[in-house]
Amino acid sequence: MDESGERPVDRRGFIKGSAVGAAAFAAPGKMMNERTDEAEVHDADAHEHTHGHGHGHDHDHDHDHQDVPSDIALRVRALESVLIEKEMVDPAALDEIVDNFENRIGPQNGARVVARAWVDPGFRDRLLADGTSAIGELDYLGGQGEHMKVVANTDSVHNLIVCTLCSCYPWPTLGLPPVWYKSSAYRAKAVIEPREVLREFGLDLPEDIEVRVWDSTAEIRYLVLPQRPPGTADMTEEELAELVTRDSMVGVARVASPSSGGGR
Amino acid sequence: MFDEPWQAQAFALAVKLSEQGHFSWTAWAKALAEELAAAEARGEPDDGSHYYHHWVSALERLVVERGLSDAAVLEERKEAWADAYRHTPHGQPVELKRRE
Repeated sequence: MDESGERPVDRRGFIKGSAVGAAAFAAPGKMMNERTDEAEVHDADAHEHTHGHGHGHDHDHDHDHQDVPSDIALRVRALESVLIEKEMVDPAALDEIVDNFENRIGPQNGARVVARAWVDPGFRDRLLADGTSAIGELDYLGGQGEHMKVVANTDSVHNLIVCTLCSCYPWPTLGLPPVWYKSSAYRAKAVIEPREVLREFGLDLPEDIEVRVWDSTAEIRYLVLPQRPPGTADMTEEELAELVTRDSMVGVARVASPSSGGGR
Repeated sequence: MFDEPWQAQAFALAVKLSEQGHFSWTAWAKALAEELAAAEARGEPDDGSHYYHHWVSALERLVVERGLSDAAVLEERKEAWADAYRHTPHGQPVELKRRE
Protein backbone atom coordinates (compact mmCIF):
# COMPACT_ATOMS: atom_id res chain seq x y z
CA MET A 1 0.00 0.00 0.00
CA ASP A 2 1.08 3.52 -0.62
CA GLU A 3 1.34 5.30 2.71
CA SER A 4 0.77 8.75 1.39
CA GLY A 5 2.11 11.60 3.40
CA GLU A 6 3.40 9.58 6.33
CA ARG A 7 6.95 8.53 6.60
CA PRO A 8 7.12 5.21 8.31
CA VAL A 9 10.64 5.34 9.59
CA ASP A 10 12.22 7.16 12.44
CA ARG A 11 9.93 10.07 13.02
CA ARG A 12 11.20 10.53 16.51
CA GLY A 13 14.86 11.08 15.98
CA PHE A 14 15.74 8.24 18.24
CA ILE A 15 18.27 6.85 19.45
CA LYS A 16 20.14 6.73 22.63
CA GLY A 17 22.12 3.73 23.68
CA SER A 18 21.41 1.72 20.61
CA ALA A 19 24.71 -0.11 20.76
CA VAL A 20 24.19 -1.36 24.28
CA GLY A 21 20.62 -2.12 23.37
CA ALA A 22 21.66 -4.26 20.48
CA ALA A 23 24.15 -6.09 22.66
CA ALA A 24 21.45 -6.89 25.17
CA PHE A 25 19.22 -8.12 22.41
CA ALA A 26 21.92 -10.50 21.30
CA ALA A 27 22.25 -11.80 24.83
CA PRO A 28 18.73 -11.76 26.22
CA GLY A 29 19.65 -13.88 29.20
CA LYS A 30 21.94 -11.26 30.65
CA MET A 31 20.39 -9.71 33.69
CA MET A 32 20.73 -6.02 34.23
CA ASN A 33 20.50 -4.26 37.52
CA GLU A 34 17.09 -2.70 37.38
CA ARG A 35 17.15 -0.70 40.54
CA THR A 36 17.67 2.99 40.77
CA ASP A 37 20.22 4.17 43.26
CA GLU A 38 17.42 5.39 45.41
CA ALA A 39 15.78 2.00 45.43
CA GLU A 40 19.02 0.39 46.43
CA VAL A 41 19.27 2.61 49.45
CA HIS A 42 15.75 1.62 50.45
CA ASP A 43 16.58 -1.97 49.88
CA ALA A 44 19.66 -1.71 52.07
CA ASP A 45 17.48 -0.24 54.78
CA ALA A 46 15.06 -3.09 54.46
CA HIS A 47 17.83 -5.63 54.77
CA GLU A 48 19.16 -3.93 57.81
CA HIS A 49 15.79 -4.06 59.49
CA THR A 50 15.36 -7.68 58.64
CA HIS A 51 18.84 -8.50 59.74
CA GLY A 52 18.57 -6.79 63.10
CA HIS A 53 15.18 -8.25 63.54
CA GLY A 54 16.29 -11.78 62.89
CA HIS A 55 19.13 -11.68 65.37
CA GLY A 56 18.33 -11.57 68.98
CA HIS A 57 15.40 -9.25 69.39
CA ASP A 58 13.14 -10.60 72.00
CA HIS A 59 9.89 -10.09 70.17
CA ASP A 60 8.73 -12.40 67.45
CA HIS A 61 11.03 -14.49 65.32
CA ASP A 62 11.44 -14.43 61.58
CA HIS A 63 9.01 -17.22 60.98
CA ASP A 64 6.27 -15.83 63.13
CA HIS A 65 5.42 -13.03 60.75
CA GLN A 66 4.70 -12.78 57.07
CA ASP A 67 7.35 -12.36 54.45
CA VAL A 68 7.92 -8.72 53.71
CA PRO A 69 7.28 -8.11 50.00
CA SER A 70 10.01 -6.74 47.77
CA ASP A 71 10.78 -3.04 47.85
CA ILE A 72 9.09 -2.49 44.50
CA ALA A 73 5.93 -4.30 45.62
CA LEU A 74 5.83 -2.14 48.73
CA ARG A 75 6.23 1.03 46.67
CA VAL A 76 3.21 0.03 44.59
CA ARG A 77 1.29 -0.90 47.71
CA ALA A 78 2.06 2.54 49.12
CA LEU A 79 0.92 4.32 45.95
CA GLU A 80 -2.23 2.30 45.75
CA SER A 81 -3.24 2.71 49.37
CA VAL A 82 -2.54 6.45 49.42
CA LEU A 83 -4.51 7.06 46.23
CA ILE A 84 -7.42 4.88 47.33
CA GLU A 85 -7.50 6.64 50.67
CA LYS A 86 -7.70 10.00 48.92
CA GLU A 87 -10.48 8.54 46.75
CA MET A 88 -8.57 9.29 43.59
CA VAL A 89 -9.01 5.73 42.43
CA ASP A 90 -11.64 3.14 43.16
CA PRO A 91 -10.23 -0.28 44.04
CA ALA A 92 -13.02 -2.04 42.15
CA ALA A 93 -12.15 -0.06 39.02
CA LEU A 94 -8.52 -1.13 39.35
CA ASP A 95 -9.55 -4.77 39.61
CA GLU A 96 -11.75 -4.38 36.55
CA ILE A 97 -8.87 -3.02 34.47
CA VAL A 98 -6.65 -5.95 35.40
CA ASP A 99 -9.46 -8.44 34.83
CA ASN A 100 -10.12 -7.00 31.38
CA PHE A 101 -6.53 -7.32 30.32
CA GLU A 102 -6.08 -10.75 31.79
CA ASN A 103 -9.28 -12.21 30.43
CA ARG A 104 -10.83 -10.23 27.61
CA ILE A 105 -8.36 -8.06 25.77
CA GLY A 106 -5.66 -9.68 23.69
CA PRO A 107 -4.43 -10.61 20.24
CA GLN A 108 -7.53 -12.71 19.63
CA ASN A 109 -9.28 -9.37 19.03
CA GLY A 110 -6.77 -8.26 16.41
CA ALA A 111 -6.97 -11.72 14.84
CA ARG A 112 -10.69 -11.23 14.28
CA VAL A 113 -10.00 -7.89 12.60
CA VAL A 114 -7.48 -9.53 10.30
CA ALA A 115 -9.72 -12.47 9.45
CA ARG A 116 -12.60 -10.12 8.65
CA ALA A 117 -10.34 -8.15 6.31
CA TRP A 118 -9.31 -11.36 4.56
CA VAL A 119 -12.87 -12.44 3.83
CA ASP A 120 -14.52 -9.05 3.32
CA PRO A 121 -12.85 -6.78 0.74
CA GLY A 122 -15.10 -3.88 1.65
CA PHE A 123 -14.02 -4.14 5.29
CA ARG A 124 -10.41 -4.41 4.20
CA ASP A 125 -10.72 -1.18 2.22
CA ARG A 126 -12.32 0.62 5.15
CA LEU A 127 -9.72 -0.80 7.52
CA LEU A 128 -6.81 0.50 5.50
CA ALA A 129 -8.47 3.84 4.81
CA ASP A 130 -9.55 4.52 8.39
CA GLY A 131 -8.35 1.90 10.83
CA THR A 132 -10.01 3.47 13.84
CA SER A 133 -13.51 3.47 12.46
CA ALA A 134 -13.26 0.02 10.84
CA ILE A 135 -11.94 -1.53 14.06
CA GLY A 136 -14.76 0.27 15.81
CA GLU A 137 -17.19 -1.79 13.72
CA LEU A 138 -15.94 -4.80 15.69
CA ASP A 139 -15.94 -2.84 18.94
CA TYR A 140 -12.24 -3.15 19.59
CA LEU A 141 -11.58 0.46 20.45
CA GLY A 142 -10.72 1.90 23.82
CA GLY A 143 -7.72 3.00 25.79
CA GLN A 144 -4.55 3.08 23.70
CA GLY A 145 -6.46 2.19 20.59
CA GLU A 146 -8.25 5.45 19.95
CA HIS A 147 -6.28 6.24 16.82
CA MET A 148 -5.40 3.18 14.81
CA LYS A 149 -3.59 2.88 11.54
CA VAL A 150 -3.55 -0.50 9.84
CA VAL A 151 -0.72 -1.24 7.44
CA ALA A 152 -0.99 -4.11 4.99
CA ASN A 153 1.73 -6.54 4.05
CA THR A 154 1.88 -7.32 0.34
CA ASP A 155 4.12 -9.30 -1.96
CA SER A 156 6.46 -6.31 -2.09
CA VAL A 157 6.08 -4.63 1.33
CA HIS A 158 6.54 -5.96 4.84
CA ASN A 159 5.56 -3.82 7.83
CA LEU A 160 7.03 -3.87 11.31
CA ILE A 161 5.80 -2.08 14.42
CA VAL A 162 7.92 -0.70 17.23
CA CYS A 163 7.78 1.99 19.86
CA THR A 164 11.26 3.43 20.00
CA LEU A 165 10.71 5.59 23.06
CA CYS A 166 8.72 3.36 25.36
CA SER A 167 6.11 0.70 24.68
CA CYS A 168 3.12 2.22 22.87
CA TYR A 169 1.06 -0.66 21.54
CA PRO A 170 -2.54 -1.11 20.35
CA TRP A 171 -4.06 -2.51 23.53
CA PRO A 172 -7.65 -3.13 22.39
CA THR A 173 -6.54 -5.24 19.43
CA LEU A 174 -3.34 -6.85 20.75
CA GLY A 175 -3.51 -6.63 24.54
CA LEU A 176 -0.35 -5.73 26.39
CA PRO A 177 2.99 -5.99 24.62
CA PRO A 178 5.29 -8.98 25.06
CA VAL A 179 8.51 -8.53 27.00
CA TRP A 180 10.73 -8.35 23.93
CA TYR A 181 8.67 -5.49 22.49
CA LYS A 182 9.58 -3.47 25.59
CA SER A 183 13.28 -4.31 25.52
CA SER A 184 15.85 -1.61 24.84
CA ALA A 185 17.31 -3.78 22.14
CA TYR A 186 14.17 -4.25 20.09
CA ARG A 187 13.21 -0.61 20.42
CA ALA A 188 16.61 0.48 19.16
CA LYS A 189 17.29 -2.14 16.58
CA ALA A 190 13.94 -2.43 14.85
CA VAL A 191 14.50 0.90 13.13
CA ILE A 192 18.21 0.59 12.38
CA GLU A 193 18.37 -3.04 11.31
CA PRO A 194 14.83 -4.28 10.80
CA ARG A 195 15.91 -7.12 8.54
CA GLU A 196 18.32 -8.39 11.15
CA VAL A 197 15.60 -8.19 13.81
CA LEU A 198 13.27 -10.13 11.54
CA ARG A 199 15.96 -12.74 10.97
CA GLU A 200 16.29 -13.16 14.73
CA PHE A 201 12.58 -13.90 14.77
CA GLY A 202 13.16 -16.48 12.05
CA LEU A 203 11.83 -14.41 9.18
CA ASP A 204 14.40 -14.02 6.43
CA LEU A 205 12.96 -11.57 3.93
CA PRO A 206 14.23 -11.38 0.35
CA GLU A 207 15.98 -8.11 -0.44
CA ASP A 208 13.35 -7.14 -2.97
CA ILE A 209 10.72 -6.87 -0.25
CA GLU A 210 10.64 -3.39 1.19
CA VAL A 211 10.54 -3.24 4.99
CA ARG A 212 8.59 -0.38 6.52
CA VAL A 213 9.00 0.33 10.21
CA TRP A 214 6.24 2.17 12.04
CA ASP A 215 7.08 3.96 15.25
CA SER A 216 4.08 3.99 17.56
CA THR A 217 3.33 6.94 19.77
CA ALA A 218 0.93 7.79 22.56
CA GLU A 219 -1.32 9.27 19.88
CA ILE A 220 -1.25 6.73 17.08
CA ARG A 221 -0.98 2.94 17.19
CA TYR A 222 -0.35 0.60 14.33
CA LEU A 223 -1.53 -2.88 13.47
CA VAL A 224 -0.07 -5.00 10.69
CA LEU A 225 -2.51 -6.69 8.35
CA PRO A 226 -0.57 -9.82 7.44
CA GLN A 227 -1.03 -11.65 4.17
CA ARG A 228 -3.53 -14.45 4.06
CA PRO A 229 -1.54 -17.66 3.74
CA PRO A 230 -2.04 -20.11 0.91
CA GLY A 231 -4.17 -23.16 1.49
CA THR A 232 -6.90 -21.28 3.35
CA ALA A 233 -9.46 -20.76 0.58
CA ASP A 234 -12.02 -23.04 2.21
CA MET A 235 -11.67 -21.73 5.73
CA THR A 236 -14.31 -19.73 7.56
CA GLU A 237 -13.63 -16.35 9.13
CA GLU A 238 -13.50 -17.99 12.57
CA GLU A 239 -11.04 -20.61 11.40
CA LEU A 240 -8.89 -17.96 9.78
CA ALA A 241 -8.82 -15.93 13.00
CA GLU A 242 -7.32 -18.97 14.73
CA LEU A 243 -4.34 -18.81 12.41
CA VAL A 244 -3.48 -15.19 13.08
CA THR A 245 -0.77 -14.72 15.70
CA ARG A 246 0.21 -11.71 17.75
CA ASP A 247 3.66 -11.74 16.17
CA SER A 248 2.18 -11.56 12.68
CA MET A 249 0.23 -8.43 13.65
CA VAL A 250 3.36 -6.78 15.06
CA GLY A 251 5.16 -7.76 11.89
CA VAL A 252 7.86 -10.05 13.27
CA ALA A 253 6.30 -13.10 11.65
CA ARG A 254 4.07 -14.14 8.82
CA VAL A 255 0.87 -16.09 9.24
CA ALA A 256 1.76 -19.70 8.61
CA SER A 257 -0.20 -21.83 6.24
CA PRO A 258 -2.36 -24.39 8.08
CA SER A 259 -0.60 -27.15 6.16
CA SER A 260 2.72 -26.05 7.67
CA GLY A 261 1.57 -26.45 11.22
CA GLY A 262 -0.76 -23.51 11.69
CA GLY A 263 -0.46 -20.53 13.96
CA ARG A 264 1.45 -20.42 17.15
CA MET B 1 0.66 -11.03 31.22
CA PHE B 2 1.80 -9.85 34.64
CA ASP B 3 4.57 -11.76 36.36
CA GLU B 4 3.69 -10.52 39.82
CA PRO B 5 0.63 -8.86 41.33
CA TRP B 6 2.37 -5.53 41.92
CA GLN B 7 2.88 -5.19 38.17
CA ALA B 8 -0.85 -5.49 37.55
CA GLN B 9 -1.55 -3.03 40.36
CA ALA B 10 0.90 -0.48 38.96
CA PHE B 11 -0.47 -0.96 35.47
CA ALA B 12 -4.06 -0.40 36.57
CA LEU B 13 -3.15 2.64 38.67
CA ALA B 14 -1.54 4.43 35.74
CA VAL B 15 -4.44 3.61 33.41
CA LYS B 16 -7.04 4.72 35.92
CA LEU B 17 -5.30 7.94 36.93
CA SER B 18 -4.97 8.87 33.28
CA GLU B 19 -8.61 7.99 32.55
CA GLN B 20 -9.61 10.25 35.37
CA GLY B 21 -7.66 13.11 33.89
CA HIS B 22 -4.81 13.35 36.37
CA PHE B 23 -2.42 13.12 33.45
CA SER B 24 -2.78 12.59 29.73
CA TRP B 25 -1.55 9.37 28.20
CA THR B 26 0.93 11.46 26.23
CA ALA B 27 2.34 12.78 29.49
CA TRP B 28 2.46 9.22 30.76
CA ALA B 29 4.31 7.93 27.72
CA LYS B 30 6.79 10.78 28.05
CA ALA B 31 7.45 10.04 31.72
CA LEU B 32 7.89 6.34 31.03
CA ALA B 33 10.19 7.03 28.08
CA GLU B 34 12.30 9.27 30.31
CA GLU B 35 12.64 6.52 32.91
CA LEU B 36 13.65 4.03 30.23
CA ALA B 37 16.15 6.46 28.71
CA ALA B 38 17.58 7.25 32.15
CA ALA B 39 18.09 3.56 32.84
CA GLU B 40 19.89 3.14 29.54
CA ALA B 41 22.02 6.20 30.32
CA ARG B 42 23.02 4.54 33.61
CA GLY B 43 24.20 1.58 31.60
CA GLU B 44 21.15 -0.55 32.34
CA PRO B 45 19.56 -1.41 29.02
CA ASP B 46 16.49 -3.40 29.81
CA ASP B 47 15.76 -6.75 28.25
CA GLY B 48 12.12 -5.97 28.96
CA SER B 49 11.95 -7.94 32.18
CA HIS B 50 12.42 -4.85 34.34
CA TYR B 51 9.94 -2.80 32.43
CA TYR B 52 7.50 -2.52 35.30
CA HIS B 53 10.19 -1.19 37.61
CA HIS B 54 10.48 1.75 35.26
CA TRP B 55 6.72 1.91 35.08
CA VAL B 56 6.53 2.30 38.87
CA SER B 57 9.24 4.99 38.87
CA ALA B 58 7.32 6.93 36.22
CA LEU B 59 4.12 6.54 38.19
CA GLU B 60 5.68 7.76 41.43
CA ARG B 61 7.15 10.73 39.63
CA LEU B 62 3.88 11.77 37.98
CA VAL B 63 1.90 11.27 41.17
CA VAL B 64 4.28 13.64 42.94
CA GLU B 65 4.56 16.10 40.04
CA ARG B 66 0.79 16.34 39.73
CA GLY B 67 0.43 16.92 43.45
CA LEU B 68 -1.57 13.73 44.09
CA SER B 69 0.79 12.83 46.90
CA ASP B 70 4.33 13.63 47.91
CA ALA B 71 7.49 11.61 48.12
CA ALA B 72 7.69 11.71 51.92
CA VAL B 73 4.15 10.40 52.29
CA LEU B 74 4.82 7.56 49.86
CA GLU B 75 8.06 6.64 51.59
CA GLU B 76 6.42 6.67 54.99
CA ARG B 77 3.54 4.59 53.72
CA LYS B 78 5.92 2.07 52.21
CA GLU B 79 7.68 1.67 55.55
CA ALA B 80 4.32 1.33 57.28
CA TRP B 81 3.41 -1.54 54.98
CA ALA B 82 6.77 -3.23 55.54
CA ASP B 83 6.23 -2.84 59.25
CA ALA B 84 2.74 -4.31 59.01
CA TYR B 85 4.11 -7.37 57.25
CA ARG B 86 6.80 -7.80 59.86
CA HIS B 87 4.30 -7.71 62.68
CA THR B 88 1.40 -9.66 61.27
CA PRO B 89 1.41 -13.34 62.18
CA HIS B 90 1.11 -15.94 59.45
CA GLY B 91 -2.38 -16.58 58.27
CA GLN B 92 -3.78 -13.20 59.20
CA PRO B 93 -4.56 -10.43 56.74
CA VAL B 94 -1.92 -7.73 56.64
CA GLU B 95 -3.53 -4.45 57.55
CA LEU B 96 -2.13 -1.05 57.89
CA LYS B 97 -2.40 0.47 61.33
CA ARG B 98 -3.34 4.10 61.38
CA ARG B 99 -0.40 6.16 62.37
CA GLU B 100 -1.13 9.80 61.91
